Amino acid sequence: MAESEVPLPVPDERSKPFFEGAKRHELVLQKCKSCGAVLWPVKFRCDSCLNTELEWAKVSGKGKLYTFAIMHQVFHPGFADKVPYNIAVVELDEGLRVTTNVVGCSNSELRADMPLEVTFEDLSEKVTIPKFKPAE
Amino acid sequence: MSLRGKYAIAGLGVTQMGRIYGRNSVDFAAEAVKLAIEDAGLKKEELDGLLVNSGVSPGLSLNLQNALGLHDLKLLNHMNAAGSTAGQMVQFASMAIDAGIVNVVACVYADAPLAPAKTSGEAFASRPLRPGMSGLFSTYGVFGPNTGYALACQRHMLKYGTTSRQLGAIAVAERAWAVMNPMAQMRTPITIEDHQNSRYVVQPLHLLDCCLVSNGGIAVVVMSAERARALRQPPVYILGMGQGHPGFSNRSGLNPETRTGAVIAKDAAFKMAGVTLADIDIREIYDCYTYTVLVTLEDYGFCEKGEGGAFVEDGKLSPDGSFPTNTGGGQLSSYYMWGMTPLSEAVIQARGQAGGRQVPKHGLVLVTGNGGILEYHSCLILGTHPS
Ligand SMILES: [Zn+2]
Repeated sequence: MAESEVPLPVPDERSKPFFEGAKRHELVLQKCKSCGAVLWPVKFRCDSCLNTELEWAKVSGKGKLYTFAIMHQVFHPGFADKVPYNIAVVELDEGLRVTTNVVGCSNSELRADMPLEVTFEDLSEKVTIPKFKPAE
Repeated sequence: MSLRGKYAIAGLGVTQMGRIYGRNSVDFAAEAVKLAIEDAGLKKEELDGLLVNSGVSPGLSLNLQNALGLHDLKLLNHMNAAGSTAGQMVQFASMAIDAGIVNVVACVYADAPLAPAKTSGEAFASRPLRPGMSGLFSTYGVFGPNTGYALACQRHMLKYGTTSRQLGAIAVAERAWAVMNPMAQMRTPITIEDHQNSRYVVQPLHLLDCCLVSNGGIAVVVMSAERARALRQPPVYILGMGQGHPGFSNRSGLNPETRTGAVIAKDAAFKMAGVTLADIDIREIYDCYTYTVLVTLEDYGFCEKGEGGAFVEDGKLSPDGSFPTNTGGGQLSSYYMWGMTPLSEAVIQARGQAGGRQVPKHGLVLVTGNGGILEYHSCLILGTHPS
């Protein structure tokens, strides 16, 4: 991978269901079989009830904007032509906040609690990642 | 029995700070300890405890014992609770002395992340690609602590209407203090407009909302107050202490972005010290970012939650104001030594040795440490009298 490209995640054994789901354009996250908590990113153990029995489940992909930041400084050459870009924390309807980017609107249109839904970006043959866009 | 006033900071050592090259963090730490024991009027052989806190550059650890040629120590550890460590080292040193296992403890922090061709941002924004889902953070473009604090600060703005100009008042006040601090790296006065016009690092954080990065080291010597009274410097008494570690959670309903460990730490600290918030003369508040100061002041109860912006915007934190805070210029304008920055300035003020920036009423100083993205917090209440 060239230095000037955005660093791509490398799916591993444990995160395979997440990346396979993303490939199908589905948001698939770990869910605790014992207490039902949805987990992100990958865990060995539920951080709520400490149980290790986890399953992968498709989640709604719907939520609202909790907070955001606009990156102006280039910390990696792969983002040189992307600044200013946003980092967003989305509160999913399942009660979990995930870090992502919001696409489909300008940075100046980002508002507290705006309804968002998942969308997918195919970054390579192998890797698709979830992002969020204003809900329709 | 309470520890209040039984132990004291008897020595302070501060090396040169900033873009000082050609030395590593072990040497900065060794020099800081040397300066601290000389300041106290102690001999090296009188140290029997050493607590070490390293920053982001590699190398400094338990090896400091050998670099200092210290033998047969009775207390030794490499501690890490990020920016809350300095306060914690003083706490653990006091408790260990009280337990009778050690007598004179040097607590030291040093770091040397800056190299000639490296910017301050690069020094702290490491970017190893993590495997699996954790690698997503880099793909989304999250780098270093700037992003986390910008997200937290923005949350406060969205929830309470806090403005960037209000944060600017903190930066301007700290710079005004730094102008009077010969050790400070940034000594040119700034205005709110300068703050507003400084480039965004991660919006809403402007460059002037962010701390410096420094090479250097700072050490303090903790020992019995009674013995300290016979030494060179006026003892700075350790009157109260507490910790609070909210941790981070991404579960709905929790607010780690706008609530610090101060809400947990303050009860034990003020109870031990037997004082109230209104008794505090000077505040040395951990300031990795302007926002950290604002949210910490709220959580101690100096103002209501959410009203920190309105509280600071009149400039009351500045040398001309009614609320002396971060009187050396803090990490925003003087030097970035994690929790040792507020602690060192507290010792200088409490002793009455701050020269042109000395706060006339300096009997009680609140010192806070903070680490992670508001995840770890330590609190010390220091004073010029043992009770
Ligand atoms: Zn569970």
